[in-house]
Parts: sequence; C-alpha cells; structure tokens
Amino acid sequence: MTYWVEEEEKKVHGKVYIIKDRCKQCGFCIEFCPQGVLQQSEEFNAKGYHPPKLVETDEKKCVGCGFCQMICPDFAIFVEKEEENEERD
Amino acid sequence: MEIEARANPMDKYLRADRIPHIWCSGCGLGIVLNAFLHAIEELNIDLDKLAVVSGIGCTGRIAGYINTDSYHTTHGRAIPFATGLKLANPEMKVVVISGDGDLFAIGGNHFIHAARRNIDITVIGVNNYNYGMTGGQLGPTTPLGARTTTSPYGNIEHPFNLCHVAHAAGAVYVARWTVLHAIRLKNSIKEALNKRGFSFIEVIAACPTTYGRRNKMPDALDEMRFYREHSVIKHGIDPSQANIEIGKEIVVGKFVDIEKPTFNEAVEELKKKVKKK
Amino acid sequence: MKKEIRFWNGSIAVSEGAIVAGCRFFAGYPITPASDIAEYMALRLPQEDGIFIQMEDEIASIAALLGASWGGAKVMTSTSGPGFSLMQENVGLAAVTETPLVIAEVQRAGPSTGMPTLVGQGDVMQSRWGSHGDYETIVISPSSPQESFDLVIRAFNLAELYRVPVIFLMDECIAHMSERVVIPPKEEIEVVERIKPNVSPEKYMPFQPVNDIAPMATAGMGYRVHVTGLTHNEKGYPMTTSPEVQEWMVRHICDKIRKNEHKIRDIEEYRMEDAEIAIVAFGIVGRSAKAAVKMARRHRIKAGLIRLKTIWPFPESYFESMADSIKKFIVAEINYGQIKLEVERAVHGKASVELLPKFGGAVHQPMEIYQKIKEVKNGN
Ligand SMILES: Cc1ncc(C[n+]2csc(CCOP(=O)(O)OP(=O)(O)O)c2C)c(N)n1
Ligand code: SF4
Ligand code: SF4
Ligand code: SF4
Ligand SMILES: [Mg+2]
Repeated sequence: MTYWVEEEEKKVHGKVYIIKDRCKQCGFCIEFCPQGVLQQSEEFNAKGYHPPKLVETDEKKCVGCGFCQMICPDFAIFVEKEEENEERD
Repeated sequence: MEIEARANPMDKYLRADRIPHIWCSGCGLGIVLNAFLHAIEELNIDLDKLAVVSGIGCTGRIAGYINTDSYHTTHGRAIPFATGLKLANPEMKVVVISGDGDLFAIGGNHFIHAARRNIDITVIGVNNYNYGMTGGQLGPTTPLGARTTTSPYGNIEHPFNLCHVAHAAGAVYVARWTVLHAIRLKNSIKEALNKRGFSFIEVIAACPTTYGRRNKMPDALDEMRFYREHSVIKHGIDPSQANIEIGKEIVVGKFVDIEKPTFNEAVEELKKKVKKK
Repeated sequence: MKKEIRFWNGSIAVSEGAIVAGCRFFAGYPITPASDIAEYMALRLPQEDGIFIQMEDEIASIAALLGASWGGAKVMTSTSGPGFSLMQENVGLAAVTETPLVIAEVQRAGPSTGMPTLVGQGDVMQSRWGSHGDYETIVISPSSPQESFDLVIRAFNLAELYRVPVIFLMDECIAHMSERVVIPPKEEIEVVERIKPNVSPEKYMPFQPVNDIAPMATAGMGYRVHVTGLTHNEKGYPMTTSPEVQEWMVRHICDKIRKNEHKIRDIEEYRMEDAEIAIVAFGIVGRSAKAAVKMARRHRIKAGLIRLKTIWPFPESYFESMADSIKKFIVAEINYGQIKLEVERAVHGKASVELLPKFGGAVHQPMEIYQKIKEVKNGN
C-alpha cells in the first residue's frame, strides 16, 4: 500500500528541522521516511530520549515530501521545501 | 541542513504553552491532532470560527491543545454539547474529537441520534481498541479475544464496527484510516469539514502503553508496521464488510459520501414558516 | 406599551417568561409533569427565531444546553426528578465552567419513578447537592403562575449575572394550575445580559473574576477560550494536581454565590410583624400556609408566614436574626424533612423548629397546618 501521497515530480529538496526536546523517540519518522534520510542519534534530549538526526551521506536525499512531519506525534520534526532551480540562482 | 531552535509552523494552531502534550511515546493521538491541524491549515479555516469539543479520555485531551474555542466536556457528552453549540451558533464549524469509549460506550446513544438527525458537525473518533486513560480496560471496539485489564482472559464481547454503526445511523460521510495514513487522513478530514451534515471519520491509532503492551504490540512502531502490511484501501465498500478482527486486514477508505438535508437547515426552514411578524 | 392580562397555567407562564428573558434555546426530554413546558416551547420558540430540540435523554439535554450557552444563547430545559437525577453530572460541569443555564424542575412525588402525576417537594436537597464536589447553585421556587412568569425572568437574570446554573424549582400543582397572569409593559421588565470581555484576546483571562464574576467570551468571539471540567486556573487550563488552584477555583465558584446571598435572597413575609409562630413554606404549600395563617389570626393566634421564593443559597442569616424574636418555626413541606434541616441549622438552637411533612403526593390542607399551629402554640 501507499501511505504517503507523492508530490509532483520536480527536483525538490527538503530542509529538515528537528526540535530535539520534543522528541519521544517513537521512531516513526526514521522508519517511514521513504528516502531513509533519518536515523536515531546517540544524543539524549531533556526527557532522556534519542531524537533523530540526518544520515550524513547524501545532503540532497530528502525530497521534502513532509511525511516525517505528518507522522510525528510530537510536533518535533518539520520540513521546508526548497526547489532545486531556486537554489542555483 | 538540519537546524534546530525554530518553531514548528504548526505551533500557531496549538496552545503551544501546553506542549509537550501528555500522550505517551508512540501514541497515535499526536498524529491525529497533527493531521487535523494540517487540514485546518489547508482549508484556511478561521480559527476564530472553529470550535473543537471533546469528551473524556486520552483522546479527550485533544481539544485542550488546539488554539481555538475548545471544550473538554464530560465523559460521553461531547456530541450533545456540540449539537447545542452548532444550533445556537451556526456560523461555527464544530468538530468533535473523542475516543472509542467516550463516543460509543457511554456516549453511544448520542452518537446514533446526532447521526440520525444529521446534525451539521464532524466527528473524529479515535479507536485505540481500549480505554487508554483509565488504564487499558475493555471497550466497545476491543477486538474479540484481545486482552485488556478487564478482559484478562481475552475479550468475550463482540466489538462494534464503528463505520457500520455510523452508516446505519445515518451519517452522510463515513471514512476510516489508520494514523499511518496521515496524509489520506488529513485529506479525509478536509472532505468531512466541507461536508454539510453529520460526518464521521474513524481513526485507528496505536495505544502502546495500555493496549499494545497486552496484545503483543508493546512498541508502537510494530503496530504501525502492522498497519503498513495489513491495511487495504477499499473506497465505497459497504461498511458492514469492514469488521476489525485481530491479526486480520484492516479495511480503510471512504465508505459513505451522500447528501441529505441537515437538522440545521430544517430548523431554519421551520423558523421561516412559523415566524411571528 | 400597556400591561396585558392572560389566563395561563404555570407551564405556559414559565415558558413565556423565559422567552421574555431572552431564552432562545431549549433542549429537553419528555417527563411528567414537566412535558407541558417542552411542548409549549416546541410551539413557541421557532416563532421567536429560537431553537427547540427534543434530545435522546436528559443527559443530552443539559449537555446541549451547555453547548448552546457557550454558543452565546440563553438556554433552558425542563424536567422532573428522574430526569434531574440524570442531569447531575453536567450540573457540576455547568457550575465549574460557570455556564449560565436554567433548569425548570417540576417536582413530582419521589423517590425513584414515584408518583409521576402527583405533587412533591422532595428535590430541594438534590437541587443544591445533586452533583459531586463543592459547588453552588441558585434555586428559585414560584407559588403561582404569575410568579412562574416573573421569577423565571429573574432566574435567567441571575444565571447570566452570576454565571451559574439556576434551578427553577416548580411543583406539579404550580405547573398545572391556571390563574390570571399580568404581563407588565416590556420596558418595565428588567432583563440582564451576559457580561462580555472588553479587553483584547491576549489580555483576556476567561476565568479571572472582575468584581466576583469573569466576563464570558462565548464561541466565535475570537477569544479562543479553553473550557474544561477539570480543575482549571484563571486561564482555563487544567491544573489537576495543584492544591492552590483547586482551592482558588472551589472558593471562587462557591463564594461568588455565598457572598451575594443577601442580594439573591427573595422572601415573602406575611403577618410577620408581630408573629410568635412562623410557618416556613415554599411553592404550592406557601398558599395553604397563608390560608392557615389567616385561620390562626381569626382565632387570635399570632402566626405568620415566611415564604421562600429563593431556597438556595439558603438565607441563613435571615433565619438567625428572625430567631431573636420568633421562638417557634413550623416547616411545612411535601417531603419528609429537607428545608426543616436548614432552618434548624440556621437558628442555632435559639428557637424550636418543627416539621410538618406531607406524604402521598398531596398538598397540605390549610386546616392541617392550622392544627399544627394550634398544637405548637398549646405546647408552651
Ligand atoms: C462518568 C464517567 N465515568 C467514567 C470515567 C472514567 N473514564 C475516563 S476516560 C474513560 C475511558 C476513555 O476511553 P476512550 O474514550 O476510548 O479514550 P482513550 O483514553 O482510549 O483515548 C473512562 C471510563 C469518567 N471520567 N466519567
Ligand atoms: S521530508 Fe520526506 S524525505 Fe525528507 S526526511 Fe521527511 S520523510 Fe524523509
Ligand atoms: S516521529 Fe517525532 S517523536 Fe518520533 S522519533 Fe521522529 S521526531 Fe521523535
Ligand atoms: S495510554 Fe494509550 S491512548 Fe493514552 S496517551 Fe498513552 S498511548 Fe496514548
Ligand atoms: Mg480508546
């Protein structure tokens, strides 16, 4: 099944923001990111959870689909889309 | 690329001074709230003209987090409260968000009658198969055989199929999603909010703490994976064919979308007819 | 505008009074002997641009009242004992969320399903203590169709003024008896409107009293209020483990009524100027008690009547000072002793208080009360 709706095909990237102290380490964003952009960090937040962090290999892997933001129960992660051509000029 | 210390853009729809919310790690309720707020945003609904009403339970706490007129009522009574609010103030968009126990056990009578009257409200019922708030007791949607604190040997009661109940009672819009279908859920909420009359969305949500733990899904992630592997979208299916059973596929989708005059419209018509000069 | 004369029963009078007071929302569930009010409101409210809805039960009815009141409407329901019992959880919600609403409670003989068509006055304590925890209500009791009209307007005014549920405690006799009702010219009727906030939403504290009462921002006014039955602070936010907030909130919802008891108080005194024996009565019994006082006076017994038009908050200090001169109180009520307990408590042993109960779903005959007066007089 498809559990996210794909945006139209365009070279877009996302900028991921993580509000670490809100994270409760459910792992949803990591598990369900279609690009495998996220992983659990070693670091502890104020509540003692490990917030996610980005997998460092590919900077532009995030396609800005926003699914991590939709699936996060704790308003701890959100994404801003940036379009490829915008970045070039 | 990853930047912190910026406010989540959804915070403007939240009573941000009350976040973090009380819900457990992995609890599906945050996703329901998030999907609802995204729907509000995309529809550009004026928060001053939106009222959210909840009953009592973990789900019942949703109202208190939304930055709008919000009413946390008594157990089971969100729907009649919303009925009064909508009738007295028809300009408001009125949404009830509450739990399976609240809406279908103690408040079950109100649900069917509001649907029958076609009161112009949207009801989002979060089905986590149990009473989360009070420690995981059996509820009207607990699947046959499931273990809860009051069915320690396995549930011997037949559960409600909420969408079937809603359909039979007369709801004009009926859909079911799991919290994994966050985007479809959001789209469905948008449709329901735009619908005239009594619309109902059932959201299957993980309650790892009191339900999952006793039913071999202690980790919410396992439950989410189960949704991924076992839910099938069947739009337009007769909701009576969409029972929920342990370990079986979960049928999701939009089941009902019909037109019918609402109670509010009927009242306005009546008033015009009998009004004293 | 001139005054108008009508021949109405108490049910019609209370309904018309409610409409004059501004009631535009009624939700109810049929029950004898209160159904006449619902039926009449079903007829009248749509004509007045109001809404009538018959709910699926009394719990739904009062919940709808709360919702409609927060929607900005003046609201009423009618019921009798069994239905009033079902409403109690939400009476508490109304008290704690300071929601104005009026419940016309037409008492029948209880307990339980009791004697549905016969009169009773057994819901006095229930109308004060029916819900759990500490809270206050205002309870008003009419003795005639005229008072059903006049006092229900006051019931609405007090509900709005104090943001409190008001119980309009009628009885089967008053609801069903027809009498002349004088409707004063509109401009002579005082109608109180809800106090709304006049500060910006950022500065507004929904449960912070200003002169005892917090201005009320209802749905759609842009104040985005959170309303909860959980213990909450002046912002309306749940504070479920704070002893300070619980004390503040409970004191507030009680004290706003207790402190103003003397302003809410409404008592009719009849032949009390030189009375030595006082009958205490309310509702339909107030009428036979008055006849009994007349009989006693014809026999040169110095009896008088204290008729309570407001029952709760109980006029404690009134009775305490009355007990300086009156040494004998007789409380006549259609129950097995409810107001009697309050009078006894209020007089602090300075006077004797005797109960004249009534059973069987009937009203005391004047002669019965007169006999009791004689008995008490001869007892000294
Ligand atoms: C009249 C009344 N009875 C019982 C309760 C206790 N109670 C609080 S929440 C709840 C069940 C909630 O279950 P559900 O609606 O499924 O919500 P969840 O916590 O699962 O989200 C119960 C029984 C109550 N608050 N009021
Ligand atoms: S926006 Fe999409 S691709 Fe980017 S991290 Fe989130 S889920 Fe992954
Ligand atoms: S979904 Fe949210 S709470 Fe869960 S791990 Fe990711 S950031 Fe943390
Ligand atoms: S008990 Fe269950 S429903 Fe309640 S917050 Fe925890 S996970 Fe969610
Ligand atoms: Mg539940």
